[in-house]
Amino acid sequence: MPRPQYVAAIDQGTTSSRCMVFDQDGRIVSVAQREHRQIFPRPGWVEHDAAEIWEAVQGVVADAVTGSGIDFAQLVALGITNQRETTVLWDRHTGRPVANAIVWQDTRTDALVRSLSEHEELFRERAGLPLATYFAGPKIRWLLDETPGLRERAERGDVLFGTVDSWLIWRLTGRHVTDVTNASRTMLMNLRTLSWDDELLAALGVPRAMLPEIRPSAEVYGTADGGVPVAAALGDQQAALFGQTCFGPGETKSTYGSGSFLLMNTGTEPVASKHGLLTTVGYQIGEAPATYALEGSIAVTGSLVQWLRDNLGLISSAAEIETLAGTVEDNGGCYFVPAFSGLFAPHWRSDARGVIAGLTGFVTKGHIARAVLEATAWQTREVVDAMNADAGLALTSLRADGGMTANNLLMQILADVLAVPVVRPMVSETTCLGAAYAAGLATGYWPDTDSLRANWHKAAEWRPKIGQDVRDSEYRNWRKAIERSLDWSTP
Amino acid sequence: MGETIQSVERAAGILRLLASGPRELGVAELARAMGLPKGTLHGILRTLVHVGFVEQDAATGRYRLGGTLLHLGSSYLDVNELRTRSLNWADALAGRSRESVWIGTAHEGGVLVVHHVFRPDDSMQVLQVGTLLPAHATALGKVLLAYDPYGDAGAAFDAPSGTTPQATATATRGDEPAAEGLPAFTPRTITGADDLAKELELVRGRGWACDVEELVEGEVSIAAPIRDGRGVTVGAIGVRGAVERLADDGEPHITIVSYVRDAARAITRDLSR
Ligand SMILES: Nc1ncnc2c1ncn2[C@@H]1O[C@H](COP(=O)(O)OP(=O)(O)OP(=O)(O)O)[C@@H](O)[C@H]1O
Ligand SMILES: [Mg+2]
Repeated sequence: MPRPQYVAAIDQGTTSSRCMVFDQDGRIVSVAQREHRQIFPRPGWVEHDAAEIWEAVQGVVADAVTGSGIDFAQLVALGITNQRETTVLWDRHTGRPVANAIVWQDTRTDALVRSLSEHEELFRERAGLPLATYFAGPKIRWLLDETPGLRERAERGDVLFGTVDSWLIWRLTGRHVTDVTNASRTMLMNLRTLSWDDELLAALGVPRAMLPEIRPSAEVYGTADGGVPVAAALGDQQAALFGQTCFGPGETKSTYGSGSFLLMNTGTEPVASKHGLLTTVGYQIGEAPATYALEGSIAVTGSLVQWLRDNLGLISSAAEIETLAGTVEDNGGCYFVPAFSGLFAPHWRSDARGVIAGLTGFVTKGHIARAVLEATAWQTREVVDAMNADAGLALTSLRADGGMTANNLLMQILADVLAVPVVRPMVSETTCLGAAYAAGLATGYWPDTDSLRANWHKAAEWRPKIGQDVRDSEYRNWRKAIERSLDWSTP
Repeated sequence: MGETIQSVERAAGILRLLASGPRELGVAELARAMGLPKGTLHGILRTLVHVGFVEQDAATGRYRLGGTLLHLGSSYLDVNELRTRSLNWADALAGRSRESVWIGTAHEGGVLVVHHVFRPDDSMQVLQVGTLLPAHATALGKVLLAYDPYGDAGAAFDAPSGTTPQATATATRGDEPAAEGLPAFTPRTITGADDLAKELELVRGRGWACDVEELVEGEVSIAAPIRDGRGVTVGAIGVRGAVERLADDGEPHITIVSYVRDAARAITRDLSR
C-alpha cells in the first residue's frame, strides 16, 4: 500500500512559529509550535532576532514531521506564511542578520514617515498604502540611515532585504525571492505591474540591489534539505483569506491573532478605498493574474490579552480572559482603546496611544477583561463599516478564524456588536491551511480551488443577542473613547 | 486579634491532618492526633463531607480530602483553557469522523459541555456550549465518572434534577427517576448502581466509553479521557451521531473509536507540555 502523502506549512508568526502537516481533506495531521523572544529596547520599538526565528522554524518542522512519525519523503510540498512587513536585513556572504528585525508593530519610523508626506499621494496611488510606520519600506530606510556603512553594502548587493518569507526561503533554498503579497506591504511595489517601482524606491531611498525577486504566491521556488519542494509563500493574512477559500469577489474573512485583519477579495483589479482601508495583493497562483483584496488592519487585539497576562498579571493564560470576563455582566462603563502602535484602519493615526476610559470606583478586573474583549469587537465593527461603505453593500455574516476564536464570549460579543452571525470554519488555523493549499496547488496535490472549497465546513455559529439601542449607545461610547486616544504622542 | 471560632479551627486541623499524608484516616486516629473526643469530631466531619471538602470511603469508613477541595486549588484546569488547547484536535476529529464533536468536564454530578464542533455537513445546528448533560447516559459522562480521581461515581446519584439536557427535552421519561435511582431517558439508559459500576469497570478496562441510544433514541456517543500533565482526567472528548453511522448491532465502529482516542491522546500530549 502506498504511504499517505501530506503537505506541510510553516507559519512564522509575530509571537511564535508553527509547522502543521495536512492531509488531502485539509485536516490537521500534526502540529508543532515554538515561541521566540519579543525584544522591546525602548517604548514603541519591537524587534525580533531573525537567527532565533530560523532556529525555531527548523525546530518546529522537525517536530511536526519526524516527531510525529512522518518521513520527509511523504511531504509533497512545503508552504510558507509569515508575519508581514517585519523587516530583515542580512549579509549575503555570512548569512547573518546585520541587525535585529524591525517588527510591523514598531513605531520608530514615526518621524521618518511624517517627513515623507509630500509623497503621500504617490504611495496611495502606486502602492495602495497609506503613509504609516506599519510597512516595510520606512523600516529599511531607517536601518540604512542609522547603521554606519550599511547603505554602501546594500548598494553593492552585499546586504539583502527581505520580509520573513524571503529570509526563510533564502535559508531553505538559497534563492532571494519574495511573493507578491509580501511585496505589496513594502510601499515599494507597483500594485498594477507587480514589480518594484523606481519612483517609490527613490521616494524611500532604498537601493534596488538589496531587493528580492518578486514571484507568484504559488510556484516551486526551490527544494529544501530532504528534497521537499518549497512551493508557496503568502503573507499570513492573505494565507488566511486563501485558507478560508475566499476565492470569489466579495468573499471576506477576519482573522484574530496578535492583531486582527479583515480582508475582502476584490477580484483581479485593485480597488482603492475611500474609507481608510488599504489595497493589497490577495494571492497569485502560478502564471494566473493576481487577485486583489481590500484590507482593514487592526494592530492590537490578541496581543492586548497577552499584555494583560504578561504586563499586568491579571490572568495566567490568554484563555482565562474569558473566565475573568465571565465574572461580570457587562463592561461596567469602561472602554479600552489599545492604540499601542497608534491606530491602524480605518483611522491611521500614529499619534494615538492606548487609553482606558470611563473608570470609576465600581470597575473591577472583570470589567477590564470584558473591555479588552469588546475592544476587539468594536475595532472589527469600525473596519466592517468601512468595508461596507467601500463595497456599497453590507456584510451578511462574518467568517472568523485564528487563535482568539477559541473564545466563545468574544465570538458572541462580535455577533452582538456587528449585528450579523459570526461563523468559525472547521480549521481555525486558516493561516497555515492557506499556505498548505497554495503549496499543494502548485505541486498538483490538489487539482483546483473547487476541490479546496469542498473542504470548508462551518464548525460553529454565534447569532446576535443584544438590541439595537444597546448596540448603538455602546458604539457611541467606544467612539468617544477613540477620541480620547488621539493626539497623544507628539514627535 | 479578635475572637476566633473554635469549630472552624478544628475543621482546619482535620483538613491539615488529612492533607499531611497519603493515607486515609479513621475517626479514632484523627481524635488521637487532635487530642479531642471522637464525638466532637463526628459533627465537624459530617459537615466537611456535606460541603465536599472531605470524603468518606464507603468500604472502610475512613476519611480523605474531597474532590471539591482539590478543585479549589491549582489542580483545576480552566475550562476555557481546555477549549483553547483542544480546538485544533476537536476540529480534526470532526473532519475525520464526519460527526459533531463534544468536550465535557465534570460539573455538579453532570457533564458541562465546554466545546462543541458542528457535524461537517453544513446543516443547521445550534451551539450547545454551556449545556449540562447527565453523566450516566452519555459517553462523556461515563468517562468522567470512570476516571474521577476520587472514585466519586456516586456523584451521578446526587446530580441535581436540573441536569436534563435540552437535547432530551423530547425524551419523555427524562424527568422520572427510575425505581433503582438514576433517571431513564430511553429504555436503554443504565439506571441501576450495580449496572453502572460494571459499565464504568468496562470503560476503565477499554479506555473509552459509549452510549448506544441511552440518552436519545437513534443516537450514539463515543468518548475518551483527556488527561493533564499529572495523569489526572480533566475532561472528555467524544463524538455524537446517528446510530446507523456510528454502530452495528449495538457495538460502536472501531474506526470511530480510534479517531476519538487519537484526538484525546493528542490533547493529552499538548496539555502535558
Ligand atoms: N481563548 C482566548 N481568548 C482570548 N485570546 C486568546 C485566546 N487564545 C489565544 N488568544 C490570543 O490569540 C493570540 C494567538 O492567536 P494565534 O495563534 O492565531 O495568533 P498568532 O498567529 O500567534 O499571532 P501571530 O501570527 O501574530 O504571532 C494571542 O495574542 C493570544 O493572546
Ligand atoms: Mg498568525
